[in-house]
Amino acid sequence: MFIGYFTERPYQDFESGWVGATGREIEDLGMTNGDYDPRIGAELYNRYLDEKVYAEEMGFDGLMLNEHHSTPFCMGGVMNVEAAILARITKRAKIVLLGNVLPIWEDPLWLAEELAEIDMISRGRLVTGWVRGTGRESVAHNSQAPFNWERFQEAHDFVVKAWSTPGPFRWEGEHYQYRYVNPWARPYQEPHPQIWIPGVMSRNTVKWCAEHRYPYVMLATEIEPTKQSFNYYDEVAQENGYEASTEHHGYLFKVHVDETEELAEEAGRKYISGPANPFLEGNQGTVRSNLQNLPGLTSRTQLLPTVSTFAAAARGRQQEQQAALAEKEAEQDKVDADAFGTYEEQVNKYSIITGTPDTVIPKIRHVLEELRPGNIFFWDGDGAMNHEDAMRSLKLFGEEVIPAVREMGKELDLKGAFEVDTQTGAPMSGD
Amino acid sequence: MTTQADTPAETHSQIAVEVSGLKVNALQDGSGPNIVVLHHSTGPGWIPFYDLLAEDHTVTAIDMPGYGQSERPVWARHPRDIAIMLHSAIHKMGIDTDANLVGMGFGGWVAAELACMHLHGLDSLTLIGAAGVQPEEGEIADVIFYEFEEYVKLGFSSDEAYAEIFGDEAAPELKELWDFSREMTARLTWKPWMFNRQLPHLLTELETPTLLLWGENDRVVPQGVAAVYDASLPNSRIQVLEGLGHLVELEDAQATADAVIAHISS
Repeated sequence: MFIGYFTERPYQDFESGWVGATGREIEDLGMTNGDYDPRIGAELYNRYLDEKVYAEEMGFDGLMLNEHHSTPFCMGGVMNVEAAILARITKRAKIVLLGNVLPIWEDPLWLAEELAEIDMISRGRLVTGWVRGTGRESVAHNSQAPFNWERFQEAHDFVVKAWSTPGPFRWEGEHYQYRYVNPWARPYQEPHPQIWIPGVMSRNTVKWCAEHRYPYVMLATEIEPTKQSFNYYDEVAQENGYEASTEHHGYLFKVHVDETEELAEEAGRKYISGPANPFLEGNQGTVRSNLQNLPGLTSRTQLLPTVSTFAAAARGRQQEQQAALAEKEAEQDKVDADAFGTYEEQVNKYSIITGTPDTVIPKIRHVLEELRPGNIFFWDGDGAMNHEDAMRSLKLFGEEVIPAVREMGKELDLKGAFEVDTQTGAPMSGD
Repeated sequence: MTTQADTPAETHSQIAVEVSGLKVNALQDGSGPNIVVLHHSTGPGWIPFYDLLAEDHTVTAIDMPGYGQSERPVWARHPRDIAIMLHSAIHKMGIDTDANLVGMGFGGWVAAELACMHLHGLDSLTLIGAAGVQPEEGEIADVIFYEFEEYVKLGFSSDEAYAEIFGDEAAPELKELWDFSREMTARLTWKPWMFNRQLPHLLTELETPTLLLWGENDRVVPQGVAAVYDASLPNSRIQVLEGLGHLVELEDAQATADAVIAHISS
């Protein structure tokens, strides 16, 4: 079992009113960074790095970062900078990037070089991960949406080759062209860092991921559609001549642990009272579906069951949009926090797990029994949670939850991607 | 642009040719000198404006490659690719003599590219609210920042004018057409959005008499675009249709047809 820690690193400005589901209106790509305060940013970047260091001390195997652009819900626009710092100031934990938005890179050779440096500075602790990104990312860096999937695949092929094939070589691709590929920095790990793919809705991506035998990490999706996605992965694996197992399945879910049930509920409610986040059910803010559903970004025939849940719909689904239009909603894209994913609803369906170790551990067990992932990430310290909330939880994770979950992992035979080689099925040393 | 009123009992015929191994489809009606019409980014379809033009002309409304019934050139990356395909298509359709080329919106850009290829037998060019060059001020409206229905609404001088054509809400099949069309458009123009920096230079060699026909209240392509075209073209003039928006041919088919016919006749 691989156990990781994740926070989306929200920009929390308690003066602006941008914290709180009922606070100032947050519209996706609808705010000005003229309101951004770099002093708040400075405190938060350092806070989140400190929490990652403590998470390592508390026994987490992985420190997960992610990347979004032009939005207050995630400060990781340049995730690789945070990763590079963690590479130097942590000692043991994997640095898991889920992930770089491949298609928006105009120069993926630069990405290959950055990641190789991070892998070397960390002495081989990088887990790299790549995503196609939402419409927000394509707009923010003006990447041509209809070619998003083609660019993802080509950039992947290119970076892997740049890492693993001695140069120089020439690359004349459809979307990327180089006359001289010979980066004077190669990854520490041979042939290259593990590649994990996070996702939520693209059937194309799951298929592609299974074809490459990469672990697929479902991001806070509901249990039933997550199962279906894992099943689809396993089907594709069989078609490709191998049996997928726990090491190929990853799951990120919201878990907060606290000293008392009262504190746990108080902090748990903060998941949905931070800056609006289309990925945080119950506090998605106003999602502009035209930006998420850029022309050609998503093939309408390639959707996984996950999109039947609201959180995924908020990320852009044509049918959902049209249904919303048909209902003649005056604010067609407004996500009503009262109507969807209330705190209580999310607690009931395991979307938010919060409590003391005694109440949290059985719920985690339920999720693990249902989904059988070998790689998990606890999503905590997010929304409006402050440093103290995050640190109390991390301490209890280390003292009580992680040891219990490790035992569960053994009992349920949930092996992670550092115990079994996802490419060969062979046991690994587990380091 | 297809409208909801265009389905019953048309007399126009469908023709198709193959270009670069792909079917290029067109609708045709009328008789007399040729008028070749290129549609907006939102997609093709026979509209009343074409009937008016067809009273004294042979009107061929081409589904540009990748739109409507014309197959998608997956390799195309620029409106000029489409223009080159259309260069072959109109020759194969036999409509490249005594030809008058009319392009609307995005189709206007393609028409301008096509005209720069010095079509043998091109008698006139009419660009209606055409994209293709960068205005000195302002910008061409970006579909990315609008729900596609809102984007189409932007093409009218007012929401009421939109409702007159499409009703309170456009039919699902129309929305589907718009959605598929905008995907093709996004494959052809992205950076920069809706213009070609080379085009003004190339236009200086185009002697074809050109009418730049704009709606007074065009909220999609600013009139500054007409000014740049006019400054580049050696033989052009601007005509503004009062009170109309970007989709002049839908808002006032008669006034638009009158202006086009007058230009062709002159």
